[in-house]
Amino acid sequence: MTFFTRAVRSQAGASAAAALLAIVAVTFVVMAAGYDVSRAAAALWDGSFGSAYSFFSGTLQRATPLIIVGLAVAVAFKAGVLNIGAEGQLLSGAAATITAGLAMSGWPAWLSIPLELLAGMVAGAVWAGIAAVLKRRFGVLEVISTLMLNFVALFGVSYLVHGPLQEPTHTYPETLRLAASARLPLVVPGQQLHLGFVLAIALGVAAHWYIRSTAGGFRLRVAGEGPLAAASAGRVKVDQVLFGAFLASGAIAGLGGAVQVTGVTYKLYELISPGYGYTAIAVALLARLSPFGVIIAGVFFGGLEAGGAGMQRDAGVPAGFVYVIEALVILGVLAVDRARTLAAERAPRVMGETEV
Amino acid sequence: MTGAALALSVRGLTKRFGTTVALDNANFDLRAGTVHALLGENGAGKTTMMRVAFGMLRPDAGSLEVNGTVRRWRSSADAIAAGIGMVHQHFLLVPAMTVAENVSLGDRGFFRGFDPRAAADRVRRIGAATGLVLDPAARAADLPVGAQQRLEIVKALARDAKILILDEPTAVLSPSESGELYAWLRSFAAREGAVVLITHKVREALAVADEVTVLRRGRAVLSGSSKTLDEAAIIAAMLGGAISTDKQDSTAKKVPGAPLISLQHVSVTDERGVRLLRDVSMEVRAGEIVGIAGVEGSGQRELLRVLAGRLAPDAGEARIPARVGFVPEDRLRDALIPTMSLVENLALKEAGSQHGTMRWEDYSTRAETAVREHDVRTSGVESPARALSGGNQQKFVLGRELEGSPAALIAENPTRGLDIRAAVHILDELRSARASGVAVVVYSSDLDEVLTLADRMIVCFDGRASATPVDAAAVARAMLGLAS
Repeated sequence: MTFFTRAVRSQAGASAAAALLAIVAVTFVVMAAGYDVSRAAAALWDGSFGSAYSFFSGTLQRATPLIIVGLAVAVAFKAGVLNIGAEGQLLSGAAATITAGLAMSGWPAWLSIPLELLAGMVAGAVWAGIAAVLKRRFGVLEVISTLMLNFVALFGVSYLVHGPLQEPTHTYPETLRLAASARLPLVVPGQQLHLGFVLAIALGVAAHWYIRSTAGGFRLRVAGEGPLAAASAGRVKVDQVLFGAFLASGAIAGLGGAVQVTGVTYKLYELISPGYGYTAIAVALLARLSPFGVIIAGVFFGGLEAGGAGMQRDAGVPAGFVYVIEALVILGVLAVDRARTLAAERAPRVMGETEV
Repeated sequence: MTGAALALSVRGLTKRFGTTVALDNANFDLRAGTVHALLGENGAGKTTMMRVAFGMLRPDAGSLEVNGTVRRWRSSADAIAAGIGMVHQHFLLVPAMTVAENVSLGDRGFFRGFDPRAAADRVRRIGAATGLVLDPAARAADLPVGAQQRLEIVKALARDAKILILDEPTAVLSPSESGELYAWLRSFAAREGAVVLITHKVREALAVADEVTVLRRGRAVLSGSSKTLDEAAIIAAMLGGAISTDKQDSTAKKVPGAPLISLQHVSVTDERGVRLLRDVSMEVRAGEIVGIAGVEGSGQRELLRVLAGRLAPDAGEARIPARVGFVPEDRLRDALIPTMSLVENLALKEAGSQHGTMRWEDYSTRAETAVREHDVRTSGVESPARALSGGNQQKFVLGRELEGSPAALIAENPTRGLDIRAAVHILDELRSARASGVAVVVYSSDLDEVLTLADRMIVCFDGRASATPVDAAAVARAMLGLAS
């Protein structure tokens, strides 16, 4: 058995192999396009992990929403709910957070910050709840409803920043900025890394514990992996579990929006999310829906995006190449999964009772 | 008939898969004009032998003669050209295509266009000639399972098959459909051809076949006319004399205990408003086995789920104990999560009622106990359920459902797809559950099986359930809705 096939046998190994292959593949493309690969690689490294500034203020700051929203996607997917509307849930969370934050200006930080985050979570859950109710009541496929609701949320934000929430001078399509007391504190001296990153890690640990160790987490897994067996053998109310997972997923995605508003942008504007909700799907898949994996994959993707910006700035290589890496990683993971499923189907069973 | 020419003859056939020897110097002779049953436990090599004869597998050693000529197949296409047709256990139909299209699929000629009218005519012609009538325009997916099987046979006949091989053809058929199929196969053999019937149902084989060959561990251990062989001799040959199926049933209690399950005027209606159960009243007592029988779709499926507390009745009262074990028919869909470990599959039992944190060490111990006490062959309790063979999966499911002394146990076709050894084990477990005071309900589509187990019989017909004597003739009449 070669090193490669052995690595692919383990979940984490397969993801790492897919990531590595994607990077190698894109390297060749960058080379073929006539760019200086060593300069591009150096710029990518400098922009992501090469210095304290790029690591804390670039990579980890960008990783924060990816980890939180990646956890949202993972929770839903684990339960078999294909919530691809994290983007819309994040946007509605962001909108609710800014509304609450501006209304609470002058309140003490210990009061206003938790309330802001709560507002974001509630809004995210409500946005996911629309699709959850449509699914439970009318059997509407969540893949379609959540995707459509993303656009509704996007235009909703656009309306808000051109209308009711626009700053008083009506010059820019954005809201007022949050007061200092309504912002998340920074956690590393001299860096732009905010408390949201700590929250993201804590949430990942909590999600890991919940899924691994609690009865609710077990219900989530059995409802996702074998809904009919869960209902029959386990008497699990699968509908309820899926509904709960859907709302929880929306709440976590909404928290992602809240953290971005209170920790980074301090205001709401149209392009507040450069597609975090979609990239988070890639993060969750690369992580095989494991919460710890989401943390690692989130930092990896955060590094790619921070480094991609540096690569464009310092080496003149379009940042789009890192999105190609992201896409190839997902294709790689899916291909490995498919190969593994086929291998499992072909593998001999333990005892020779099968018909040969 | 013994003097007739050999339609198919297999000599010294050996086939290995890796280190497994599937066929070990096996012989088989099919006489023209006969139906020949090929019997054996799962894994005995029946299917492998016929796949070699059909050109799907290449033998490692041995020879093959068709109508007296030595043949060597490069692929199934050669076998088909030589007049052999095979109906596989799992049908090979394109669900979205019509009957005519399925029959035409595989016609030679790349540039020859598909002519729907000619294809439909061919299906009608075969129907008129053989009695296997099908609507050429019907979609394969819409056909009932018996008609799908007819379609598979028609596909073979469309290629002028004279030797038909059928792999477990009655596994999916109702008793009356099986009867029709067997009658047709006998007339086909008498008319022009020969039939190989792969099966593990000894009684059916003796009833329909002219000759019988028993395979065990890849060798033909018994062969002869069905008139001279009896059931006991065949079962002994299949099992190597290790198991006797007519074991004296010492666990039967003459006096059952208190009623544990009670249904009063229970009705179940599906979402389209169809009444699946109508006004059913029954009870099940501690220490008895109640057998359920019924033609597919007579309401037994819903009745079992009501008894197991998995389905709430729309009307009437169902008193079901809190702890009731349920062994559903489709174990990989309704009982186990194939990708999860045995420990997790044991915990699944309590997934709906647990609160707080999961005590995985406890579940691990319990899974090990279940594996040990119920003779589940596995490489460990952490291995996924799908790594187990069907018999061991079922032993694990039964062990899980019997764990913690449930008040009642409901089993639906508990031996489906199992070989005789595993099936005997499962039936013994059901009897010992009865001996320890469990109220047991068993449904089986195999009437003989349920009759040997049951203390009382209840037969479902058209959503109603009626008590019937434990007697094959009476039960069969009740299954058809005739007054007993």
